[in-house]
Amino acid sequence: MSTVATSQIKLTPEHNARPGASMRSRLQDALPKIVLAPSFAATVVFVYGFILWTIYLSFTNSKTFPSYALTGPRAYQRLWRWTFESDPPSSWYTSIINMGIFGFLYIFICLALGLFLAILLDQKIRGEGMLRPIYLYPMALSFIVTGVAWKWFLDPGLGLEQTMHQWGWTSFHFDWIKNKDFVIYTVVIAGVWQASGFIMAMFLAGLRGIDGEIMKAAQIDGATTFQLYRRIVIPLLRPVFLSAFIVLAHLAIKSYDLVVALTSGGPGGSAWLPSNFMYEYTFKRNEMAVGSASAVIMLMAITAIIVPYLYSELREKPR
Amino acid sequence: MSAVATPDRQSTGGIISTRTLNRIVIYGLLALFALFYLMPLFVMLVTSFKTMDEIQNGNMLALPKAPTLEPWFKAWGETCVGLTCAGIKGYFWNSIKMVVPAVLISTLLGALNGYVLTKWRFRGHTLVFGLMLFACFIPFQSVLLPMATILGSLGRFGVTLQNATGMSFGLGNPTVNLVFVHVVYGLGFTTLFFRNYYEAFPTELIKAAQVDGASFFQIFRRIMLPNSMPIFVVTVIYQFTNIWNDFLFASAYAGTGDAMPMTVALNNVVNTSTGVVEYNVNMAAAMIAALPTLLVYVVAGRYFVRGLMAGAVKG
Repeated sequence: MSTVATSQIKLTPEHNARPGASMRSRLQDALPKIVLAPSFAATVVFVYGFILWTIYLSFTNSKTFPSYALTGPRAYQRLWRWTFESDPPSSWYTSIINMGIFGFLYIFICLALGLFLAILLDQKIRGEGMLRPIYLYPMALSFIVTGVAWKWFLDPGLGLEQTMHQWGWTSFHFDWIKNKDFVIYTVVIAGVWQASGFIMAMFLAGLRGIDGEIMKAAQIDGATTFQLYRRIVIPLLRPVFLSAFIVLAHLAIKSYDLVVALTSGGPGGSAWLPSNFMYEYTFKRNEMAVGSASAVIMLMAITAIIVPYLYSELREKPR
Repeated sequence: MSAVATPDRQSTGGIISTRTLNRIVIYGLLALFALFYLMPLFVMLVTSFKTMDEIQNGNMLALPKAPTLEPWFKAWGETCVGLTCAGIKGYFWNSIKMVVPAVLISTLLGALNGYVLTKWRFRGHTLVFGLMLFACFIPFQSVLLPMATILGSLGRFGVTLQNATGMSFGLGNPTVNLVFVHVVYGLGFTTLFFRNYYEAFPTELIKAAQVDGASFFQIFRRIMLPNSMPIFVVTVIYQFTNIWNDFLFASAYAGTGDAMPMTVALNNVVNTSTGVVEYNVNMAAAMIAALPTLLVYVVAGRYFVRGLMAGAVKG
């Protein structure tokens, strides 16, 4: 083995001496970049190029088919006008109000429930290995399956309401899924059901990473369990809060399938999120420019959240 | 710690009972939440084994009195998706045909990218990685329309080729289109996974192999690949779950016709408004659509969670 190695080292200078070999070694040097190039090129063209293309389309008068004559920010002016058209609500107004309700509740409840469950599970629970997968499995299901399951569960005639009636609670009334004012909250329920187990797993991993000595020291100082968590554990979990927030925020803005499968858009489009607005206006209502403008606005919202985060994560850390 | 706790426990009997009470509350809450998470799956499962009669007159939480596999067979082979009534089996295979190549290609490219970005660094490697990483997070609505336009023109070019040479080379085939789309928009995540994994891989080994005259690909094949099994499993599972579950691209680029993937077909089955709605068949169809990813989760749950975590925590 060692003889092979030394003989090869001896070969190297001879390689460099020959002009043909230097060509080959230069190719060898460039090989890593050649290998990376297709992926990078695909990203540049199909992500960043296409984003610019969408931005361009949003400044045209495209309807059913793309038109490439710039006509100014008309699409954005329309969206801006619709933003304040609350009576009767425009589809855009409904979409962004729903985004606010859904985004806030989805993120807040997932964080609170995830942390709560993680703390409970961290109390040296017997059967933890069985409970964890039960909390987490919904993350493996598609939004479509989740939507179908909850649509059935929340249907007034078949699901929860009907069951309660059969059990004798005849005044029980729960028809949110058919009610235009409440349908968005059913999307929150299904969304929380799907993602909160995963957030629990993130917090649990964070809790397990906390130095046990700190906890012991605080207990010796006479801190109650509540104080221990409020003053010491939760502040130590700040990085997990940040990661979980990023995950949830971008999932919330991208949510599309769940609304389709659970509510089919809700009565009169009352469950729409901006992603549904974009899809409907672009592909069904032949308002391509408006659809593109709404996609650009969604992208800006995500960029505002993700870019500072990625920047701080990727920055060369001082050692 | 036990030195502090033990005298406490002995001196006051009250503390033990509060502790027991605490434990009861904790276990009670955990069980309650377990019910919350299991309920929809349970209802879906029992409903898929009931007759329509039992569904309309019975309780949704009750176990089927006369369990029947009929709804499953009907969902698989007979139910109507749009106007075609041949069950969802064809769409299930569509999804398989789309998922397998898309997962393999994107994972392999991710492995190569991660290898270059950690072991063959060049100036600006962080920027390149950052640009690819940001692509994971964009709302796909912002690329949906240009991609539709490009796929449309490729399809027309495919028809021209078909007429000229008798072969379309996959251009215009919806399944091929979806494979391409999923590879392109999955690259960010696969690259991220492998980059973070290879970051911790000892660079000295690579240096030593280089001194021994091993080439770029030899090092990849002989040293990196044999040591990448865990991250391959994580990436394959992550990509499989994501691509199988995708609905947006599927409905935009293969939303009608015979090439529909499973998710789109399921949505069509459930939202078909013609005739009597067969809830048991719908639930069976939903279960069939969920089975592959559930199976992966049951078999390799640990890797599934690791993938989700790796996708959440950058480094």
